[in-house]
Amino acid sequence: MDSLTLPRTHYANAEYGLRSWLLTTDHKRIALLFLGSISAFFLIGGIFAMLIRLELLTPPGDLVSDDTYNKLFTMHGIVMIFMFLIPSIPAVFGNFFVPIMVGAKDLAFPRLNLLSWYIFITGGMFTLAAIALGGVDTGWTFYTPFSTHASQSNVMLAAVGVFIMGFSSILTGLNFIVTIHTMRAPGLTWFRLPLFIWAIYATSLINVLGTPVLAISLVAVALERAFHIGIFDPAYGGDPLLFQHLFWFYSHPAVYIMVLPSMGVVSELVAAFSRKNIFGYTFVAFSSLAIAVFGFLVWGHHMFVAGMSVYSAMIFSVLSFLVAVPSAVKVFNWTATLYRGSISFQTPMLYALGFIGLFTIGGLTGLFLATLAVDVHVTDTYFVVAHFHYIMVGGALMGYLGALHYWWPKMTGRMYPDLIGRIAAVTVFIGFNLTFFPQFVLGYLGMPRRYHAYPPEFQALNVLSTAGASILAVGFLIPAVYLLWSLKYGKVAGPDPWGALSLEWTIPSPPPTFNFDETPVITGPAYAYDQREGQRA
Amino acid sequence: MNWSLPLFPAGASTMAGKVDALYLGLIAVSGLAVSVIALLIIVFGVRYRRRLPDQRGATVVPSLALEIGWTAVPLVVGLVMFVLGAHVYLAQARPPAETMDVYVVGKQWMWKFQHPDGQREINELHVPVGRAVRLTATSEDVIHSFFVPAFRMKADVIPGRYTTLWFNATKAGEYHLFCAEYCGTQHSGMIGRIVVMDPNEYQAWLSGGADGGSMASQGQKLFQDFACSTCHLESGQGRGPSLQGLYGGKVALANGQVVEADDAYVRESVLSPTAKVVAGFQPIMPTFQGLVSEEQLLALIEYVKSLQARPQGTPAAGQQPDTRKPGAPPAPRRQPAGRAPGGARN
Repeated sequence: MDSLTLPRTHYANAEYGLRSWLLTTDHKRIALLFLGSISAFFLIGGIFAMLIRLELLTPPGDLVSDDTYNKLFTMHGIVMIFMFLIPSIPAVFGNFFVPIMVGAKDLAFPRLNLLSWYIFITGGMFTLAAIALGGVDTGWTFYTPFSTHASQSNVMLAAVGVFIMGFSSILTGLNFIVTIHTMRAPGLTWFRLPLFIWAIYATSLINVLGTPVLAISLVAVALERAFHIGIFDPAYGGDPLLFQHLFWFYSHPAVYIMVLPSMGVVSELVAAFSRKNIFGYTFVAFSSLAIAVFGFLVWGHHMFVAGMSVYSAMIFSVLSFLVAVPSAVKVFNWTATLYRGSISFQTPMLYALGFIGLFTIGGLTGLFLATLAVDVHVTDTYFVVAHFHYIMVGGALMGYLGALHYWWPKMTGRMYPDLIGRIAAVTVFIGFNLTFFPQFVLGYLGMPRRYHAYPPEFQALNVLSTAGASILAVGFLIPAVYLLWSLKYGKVAGPDPWGALSLEWTIPSPPPTFNFDETPVITGPAYAYDQREGQRA
Repeated sequence: MNWSLPLFPAGASTMAGKVDALYLGLIAVSGLAVSVIALLIIVFGVRYRRRLPDQRGATVVPSLALEIGWTAVPLVVGLVMFVLGAHVYLAQARPPAETMDVYVVGKQWMWKFQHPDGQREINELHVPVGRAVRLTATSEDVIHSFFVPAFRMKADVIPGRYTTLWFNATKAGEYHLFCAEYCGTQHSGMIGRIVVMDPNEYQAWLSGGADGGSMASQGQKLFQDFACSTCHLESGQGRGPSLQGLYGGKVALANGQVVEADDAYVRESVLSPTAKVVAGFQPIMPTFQGLVSEEQLLALIEYVKSLQARPQGTPAAGQQPDTRKPGAPPAPRRQPAGRAPGGARN
């Protein structure tokens, strides 16, 4: 193992200078541009989160003013959702690994790919400007008529930023769909594709079909705010609930945009660290598509108390129970994959197992919210806050960290210290549960979300939650340190440090600019750990 | 600091027990599911841990029966949860036939209550124990949400609409009222309390008096002040239709439609009179949008309601809105004659 050396030239040192990065069309370099940008946004969103938790340490709103608090939770939501979670895995790991995993030199439209990043940064600048110029106080949901008639904050700038960033999602999604359809290597049939590709494919479908609806609703908010055209104003015959329908038509599927890629990552990790074919490959693959399709039919469950008819509510409720089934199928198949595997508990696997546990809790508490009579009580309380953080942090972010630790040696050519990595993963898991589990209890007790001050009987649970958040913050900072350290001092990883079989592990780490010296020919399924050579050419 | 660690909220309505039973049932099912998954992961993790660096997993042939089984089980469990949840939800959504009514107007950042007898309250609502109370709520500005955790009751309060909520309190005491839909700067200050009193105490509180007479009599005064009475003659001979016996019945419109005369209909007819023109009349009524406040509208609705709630045996000529003096004991509440169950929903 000591004889491992880095390749002399690879994608990251093939050219030098800022210009070579800012004008690159290499999907791997664009992935790193996204990695740098979303890491910065994650830090900003995380600082907002810590300020929110600090404020909630005591019942009266004594750390920041009510106005500041409202802006903090709004900007935490906007930054984390639109600027971190939605781009996260697709734009970083999808960009880096979709072409490699399908055996291609690059994405179908390399320049469009670079444009995606510039659009994302442009939109991000608008939203950051909205923050720098005093913030936004509408909540990330932009509900009318508050956002259109009442808010005195920078709603327009923030909405324009989110509107622009949406085009980045659409272009990236389009690029993936075309690449997966047309650029698979010879022999790489659909059912030989890694499950990560299936998940990215399903995510891209949602991005392309759903994001335009978000754009429409934000344009409508902007028009209403600027010209009072009356779409959402009852005084002109408009309806404020129309906005909620439009908004959730995108924003519910957006939950799957955030969590489906992580599911794909977990499939990769469970296979690689059990050295075993995924149990029920076709069921896991098709469940991704089922989630993408059914995900478009359940938006109304965000609106059970918003004034819809009891019949609409019942239809959305039953559909919401149905959309849970494909997720449950995935969890069962991952668990079954462990059976008679060769399981190692290296850092990425800890994140994968953490994902399975936390996502299961997140999904099951989703059933509480789908159960109409219970939803009436817990909607708009901390129960919902806890639920979606179990999905978005316990699910999406765990998958992201798993992907980061799994593919880091491939992207940089160097290993991080695995023991410290495992300590950080356990720290994140403990900190996360301590932060968000008490919030389920708080929610059922009746503490409403988005409250700057709260009755004193809720304090003990809030103190627990804030204590958890500080542990969680430490758990996020440790990897930031050792990953940066590893760039220079990490052990050289070699092409396949995990003994994994999919295509990306057949090429050097870091990969050369055009990935493959010659087009690979695929002769077997993605996770053929029971065959000698697996998917190798 | 308060170190108490409450785990379960107080329950003080007829719904609380039903919702709690669902909640505990869901916890049991979820707890079982999480335990099974966690146990399997731990057992497999220990049993099949990697012992040699080059060791690979065994070949396991997937089982179709297993796949179908674990697709079917969550489906069936989910459908059972759906049915149970929907069953209780229907009860939450549909007030019983006989209720005591209170009107609610939400605004940034307070809750205003009007009792039909004329009492007004802000951020505080007094109700008797053991009576079904029906709230008709609207907002003056943005969307709010009326949330009483102890009653397991919540509904968004929306400008331009009437939202109906109902509860039957089972335990005297004071309970939190929260605004649960983010509504701006002082959202977390839009709180209050529901004071549930024993019936005797409630009567005593009620007889504390109201300043401006009953809501219906306030509405009657508005009916005069806005000059509604010049067209809507009781005889039906005026330029507008008579409002006698209107509320809760059916109205034939000029376009051939038949609509139910509920709260929303009366409201719309005041604010957008040409939206639903009654058959046989001209669309000549001006809009009162911007002239009449939400609270005045509710008083007008109470007045229109009172025009049909005449006690039996009272001669029609003597028909007067409720003009009892402040402090008089409350009369038996109106029967919701003609109010279809569907009319109470939003």
